[in-house]
Amino acid sequence: MTASYFDVDGTLVRTNLMHTAIYYMANQINPLRSAKSLARLALRAPQLLLSELRDRRTFNEQLFECFAGMSEDRLVCLADDTYNFAMKDALFTGARDLISRCKAEGQEVVLISGALDFLLERLAADLGADHWVGNRLEINDEHCTGKLLRPVVAGPTKARLIVEHARTKGHDLAECFGYSDSYSDVPMLSVVGRPAAVNPDAALLRLAHAYQWPVIRLDKAA
Amino acid sequence: MSNPNIVYLDKNSAPRVMFSGDSIIEVDLPVGTRCIYPKPPVDGLKDVDAAIRYAINHPFGCEPLYAKLRPGMKVVIAVDDISLPLPPMRRPDIRARVLNIVLDMLDEHGVEDIEIIVAVAYHRHMKENEIKRMVGDRVFNRFWPERLYNHDAEDPEQLAYLGKTDAGEEVELSKAAVESDLIIYVNLNLVPMDGGHKSVGVGLCSGRTLAAHHNPRTMMEGGSYMTPENSGLHRSVDRIGRFINKKLDIFHIESTVNNRMFDGNLDFLAKNPDDYSSFEKFKLRSTLFALDRLPQAARQEIFDRYRAPYAITGVFAGETEACHKHTVDKCYEQYLVDVEDQADIQITGIPYISPYNVGAFLNPVLVQVLAQGYFHNLHRGKPLLKEGGTIIITHPCSDRFDHEQHAPYTEFFHKILTETSDDFELHKRYERKFSRNPAYIRMYRHGHSFHPNHPFYMWYWGTAGRKHQGRCIVVGADNEYVPRILGYETAPSMTEAIRMAKESAPEDPQITCVNYTPIMMTQVS
Repeated sequence: MTASYFDVDGTLVRTNLMHTAIYYMANQINPLRSAKSLARLALRAPQLLLSELRDRRTFNEQLFECFAGMSEDRLVCLADDTYNFAMKDALFTGARDLISRCKAEGQEVVLISGALDFLLERLAADLGADHWVGNRLEINDEHCTGKLLRPVVAGPTKARLIVEHARTKGHDLAECFGYSDSYSDVPMLSVVGRPAAVNPDAALLRLAHAYQWPVIRLDKAA
Repeated sequence: MSNPNIVYLDKNSAPRVMFSGDSIIEVDLPVGTRCIYPKPPVDGLKDVDAAIRYAINHPFGCEPLYAKLRPGMKVVIAVDDISLPLPPMRRPDIRARVLNIVLDMLDEHGVEDIEIIVAVAYHRHMKENEIKRMVGDRVFNRFWPERLYNHDAEDPEQLAYLGKTDAGEEVELSKAAVESDLIIYVNLNLVPMDGGHKSVGVGLCSGRTLAAHHNPRTMMEGGSYMTPENSGLHRSVDRIGRFINKKLDIFHIESTVNNRMFDGNLDFLAKNPDDYSSFEKFKLRSTLFALDRLPQAARQEIFDRYRAPYAITGVFAGETEACHKHTVDKCYEQYLVDVEDQADIQITGIPYISPYNVGAFLNPVLVQVLAQGYFHNLHRGKPLLKEGGTIIITHPCSDRFDHEQHAPYTEFFHKILTETSDDFELHKRYERKFSRNPAYIRMYRHGHSFHPNHPFYMWYWGTAGRKHQGRCIVVGADNEYVPRILGYETAPSMTEAIRMAKESAPEDPQITCVNYTPIMMTQVS
């Protein structure tokens, strides 16, 4: 048996982590707090942009700092709505088709993303994926600390997690598939034997052409 | 009696002109070399539209098309894809002419439920602009995209299982075609391999049906696949076609073209260089000068934009076999050149185009499709080259693959062929696993890539040629790596290639130079 490892943001859904963060910030316990949270997030935008240019892991850590102080209850009670807004309604038309084809070929489908784990759990159930690996918020005294539990799922860490998963499940990595849209996921695409660039950014597209990886688009009608 | 298509070189003969990919080269060949040239183009029909109307009103082996029509019936029209003719023909494409006449007739008879399917099987899906160019603006504007689309051999919802032939071949076809009251197949028959039962039985089928004959065992059975009466491929395709014909009503409209592939600045390519006029010599020199100085991308662009001035030589309609017999005879009339003896050494230029790279670079696997596939099979009776003989080809064999059309070819060539080039091992051990890659299937279904099975099929296309040919020497390769994977030897010049070929040839070998642009077939007596 082989496995298919899917990045999520930009690969299977058109949204990214910012959408999740914005949705949570915009739906705080009262409008005043929402406005304050959104303003704080907006002020951090230049810093986030710089981090995104530098490395994805730092970006993830800085972005999720905006969750600091949010109650675990709030996190859970908004999870379904956030999932619908940030993932379900933003699913690319071809995503289900691609995943169902992987399943039909007997592959284990794994979602591996910087998105929050409880959202990935919902997406995995919706798409029929077998397993998911996402970022986990640190909770202390029933409130978010604004930190991520280790390992932070991003960039090269994704590659390490894939290697570990494949080893645990007995998959031959040379026979495994990887799908991502972003140049930051080149380490993840490089450890599997059959990588594919999905709706790739310009840098990944150049690399995919150089290495002759398949390039597919999921945003066309299925 | 001397044959006007055969020339023996003497010491005063001009260098021979041939393709080497998207370049044209001149080569000096030894005195005594036999050069075979195609027949001049057969005259085209004076009134093609009238010929189409006559054919569908006077079909072979069945009632006329109008007699099959009734209001309210469902009709599927299937058309051949852009893989032929080569190069693509100038407008109006014969398919557009046939479609216009057929659709007028359907309208007159109150037939409104019509779908047009481009019968691509595992070929790449044609692009919107290519379909528009092929079927014409009028048909395109009326039917695209809901009722004019590419066949998808990977969509289970678009396929219907018909059953098994007596020989156990599974038959699965386009559901729309199966559920229709009448299938009209609009074919363009470039070579005798095309058309007949291959039209519906291959063009509209799924991988289950293709697997019955696109395999090394079937490809090696019988003779050339350009002579349907002898080929194992056609025996299987015909069985499947007869099975389909028992269940479905199919009306074929087949057309043939002459061999006028080039005119204007390139018409000299069909001629013996000794017979060039001063103007043709000037055109040759100008072409060589320009192509030598242009970068590869520009050369490819020039040839990609070129449209051939083919003339229509015949239109035949009716029941599959009754109609196709006339089509094949017309092809033979244009292409067959009688040749007295087989050759010990065959010299052939490899052009820039094959049926599988319209609008793309001829990648290494497709070089093999021409050298060991098509050009080996373009004969009737005995092959031109003796068994165990040497073929010398001219091509750069560049390690280049089109990202959009040939993504699966890259992995096939670099990962699979480097492990084994044995057809049967490829078929048994690698084909199934490789061809189920969801990314490649996505590229086939929703992009413009060939199906991941296709590179395997193209390798099997050369199975019989590889077995027959002793050696293949390539002149002009820009690297050693690609020829080695393909099993070729390399030579820096034609003189050296001939010297190498003579090492394994009998004393005083028969050396024959034959180029298949324009297309021709040899018939060795």
